[in-house]
Amino acid sequence: MSDRRRGAPAPVAGGGLLHRRVLLQRGLVLATASAAGGAAAQAREDGRPPWMLTPGQPFSGYGQPSKHEASLQRRIGGHKLLPGNGVSWTPLEDLEGMITPAGLHFERHHNGVPDIDPKAHRLLIDGLVRQPLQFDLAALRRYPMRSHLGFIECGGNSNAGWHPEPIQRPLGSFHGMVSCNEWTGVPVAVLLKEAGLDPKAAWGVAEGADAFAMHLSLPLARLMDDALVALYQNGEPIRPEHGYPMRLVVPGCEGVVNVKWLRRLQLATGPVMARNETAKYTELQPDGKARQFTHVMEVKSLITSPSFGQRLRGPDVYEVRGLAWSGRGRVRKVEVSADGGKSWAEAALQGPVLPKCLTRFRAAWQWDGKPAVLKSRATDDSGAVQPERELLVAQRGLNGYFHYNAILAWGIDDEGGITHVYA
Amino acid sequence: MSTPERGRRLALLLAAALTLPSAGLAGGKLGAEPIAPRLGQPVGAADAARSDLNVYPDGRGLPPGHGNAAQGKALYDAQCAVCHGPAGRGASAEELAGGSEPLTSEAPDKTVGLYWPHATTLFDFIRRAKPMFAPGALGADEVYALSAYLLHLNGLVGADDELNARTLPAVRMPNRAGFVGIDAQAPAAAR
Repeated sequence: MSDRRRGAPAPVAGGGLLHRRVLLQRGLVLATASAAGGAAAQAREDGRPPWMLTPGQPFSGYGQPSKHEASLQRRIGGHKLLPGNGVSWTPLEDLEGMITPAGLHFERHHNGVPDIDPKAHRLLIDGLVRQPLQFDLAALRRYPMRSHLGFIECGGNSNAGWHPEPIQRPLGSFHGMVSCNEWTGVPVAVLLKEAGLDPKAAWGVAEGADAFAMHLSLPLARLMDDALVALYQNGEPIRPEHGYPMRLVVPGCEGVVNVKWLRRLQLATGPVMARNETAKYTELQPDGKARQFTHVMEVKSLITSPSFGQRLRGPDVYEVRGLAWSGRGRVRKVEVSADGGKSWAEAALQGPVLPKCLTRFRAAWQWDGKPAVLKSRATDDSGAVQPERELLVAQRGLNGYFHYNAILAWGIDDEGGITHVYA
Repeated sequence: MSTPERGRRLALLLAAALTLPSAGLAGGKLGAEPIAPRLGQPVGAADAARSDLNVYPDGRGLPPGHGNAAQGKALYDAQCAVCHGPAGRGASAEELAGGSEPLTSEAPDKTVGLYWPHATTLFDFIRRAKPMFAPGALGADEVYALSAYLLHLNGLVGADDELNARTLPAVRMPNRAGFVGIDAQAPAAAR
C-alpha cells in the first residue's frame, strides 16, 4: 500500500481528503470498507472453477437475485398486534448506484398491503369537477404517459436523529426510508382536465384502497404541476407493496402524500385535515406551534460507505460513497469532510444528476489510521444547504419527529471501527 | 370528418408524439399538452357520495346519526383499549387523552385535546380506518359515540352531550390555531 500512496496528490481538505479528480486516475486502487469475506470455491489446477465445467442453469421466467445474496433484505419493523402497520427499510449501506431494486424499495404501510383485483379497481375523480369520472386500469394504460425517475422518502425517515444520543445501527435501519425508482404513468393534470376543473377547486384529497383508506390533501397546483397516477415501477406494473395497480407519485414530496393503491381524488376548496396531516406528519416546534403541509423533502445526503457495521482495514486510500437528493430540484454539489466539518472537499457527482432524484457521490480519502470524523453536506440548485444537526435542533427542537435532514457523521477510531457520532 | 380536419388532427397527433421523447424524465410536467383519449366513465353525484369517506372541518361529509360518550366508552373498551390503553392513555398505540404536558414542554403530550386542531378529524379517521382489525365495521352512530367519548376524555364535551353532524364540527378544539402551513396554506375558512 505504500507504493500506492507514494506519488498520490496532496490532500485538498483536512484528514486526508483528496481531489475528486483522483477517482479518475488510472492505476489507483481504492480500498473499500467491507464487513467480511468468505471461503472461496476450490478451483482446478488450470484455474477453471467448477461452474466452467458443467452447463449452467436454464432460463427463468422472472429473474431472482443470486442465492449468495440472500442476506440482502429489507429490515422489517411492525406493530406487535398488527404486523401490517410498520416499516421495512432499504439496506442503503449494501446497495450501489442510484436505483433501488423494487424488491428492496422501502415500505411504510399503516394497515398492510391490500390484495387488489385490478379488474375491480377504479380511480374516481370527484368533488369540484364538472363531471365526476372513474377510470379502470385498462383505460389508464391507454393514456399518454410520463416517467419520473426519482426518490420517495418517508417524512419520518431518519427520525432517530432527534434522539439525544446517536443511535448505533446500520445506515439503512435508520435512514433507509428513502428509495429511488422510475415511476411511469398518466399525468394527474390530464385526468383532472378531462373531469373539468371547477374554478373554486384549490386542493385535492387523495385516498388509497387499503384497509386504512389512507388519505391526504395536496394543493391543486402541485397536483397539476408534475404529479402522476403511476402504473409502472422500474418498467413493470407496480409491486403490490408499492401501490398496485396504481399510486399517486408527487415528485420531491414526502412519502405519505404519494398515496398507494389510489382509488379517489376529490377536489375541494381546502384540505380535509386528515389525521395524517394534523395529528401526524406535522412537526411540533419549541414554541408550541406545529409545521403543517411540509410536503417537500429538503436537501440531504448520507455517506453509505464507510458506515456503521463496516471496518476499515488499515491506512489506505478509500472511496467515500454516498447518496444525495433534494425535493426542490437537482443536487448542485456534495462536499465531504474527514475532520468533522472543519474543512471540506467537493465530491464527484455521478451522472445523471436528475431533479428530485437520488444522486450518487464519491470522494477519495487517504486514511492515515488516526481517529477521524466523516461527514457529507449537500447543496441543491435552489441554494439550500444541508444543515448541521446542531443548527437543525436549534431551529426545530427535538419534538418535531418528521423531516430530519441534518448532516450525518461517522466516527472512525484508530482500529478502523465506525460509529454514529454527533460531532 | 372532412379531409382538412383529418389532416389537422393528424398533424396535432404527430406533434404530440414528437414532444414526448423530449419530456424525458422530467416527471409529469406537461411540456406540450398530450392528446389524451377521454376514457373516464361518468359517475353520478349520488353514486360518488355513497363511497365518500371524507369529512371536512366544516362538517361536509358527516352522515346522519348521533352518539354520546357513555355509549362510546363501551365501544372503546371493547374495540380500542387493546392498543390505545384504558381511557385513551396510550399503550402500543399513541395516547389520545389524559396527558397534561403542554406543547411547549420538553416531553409534550400530543393528545386529541392538546394537539388535534379539528374534531371532525376524529370521525373521519375512526370511520375509515378503525378498528384496525375490522375497518368499516362501525356504523355512523358508533363513530359519533366514539368521537364523543374521546372528546369527553379530553374535557371537550360533557358525558351526555350528543354529537351529530351539527354539533361535532362546532366542538372548539384548543389547538385549532396551533398549525403553520409551510409548503401550502389552507384557506382561512378551513383552518
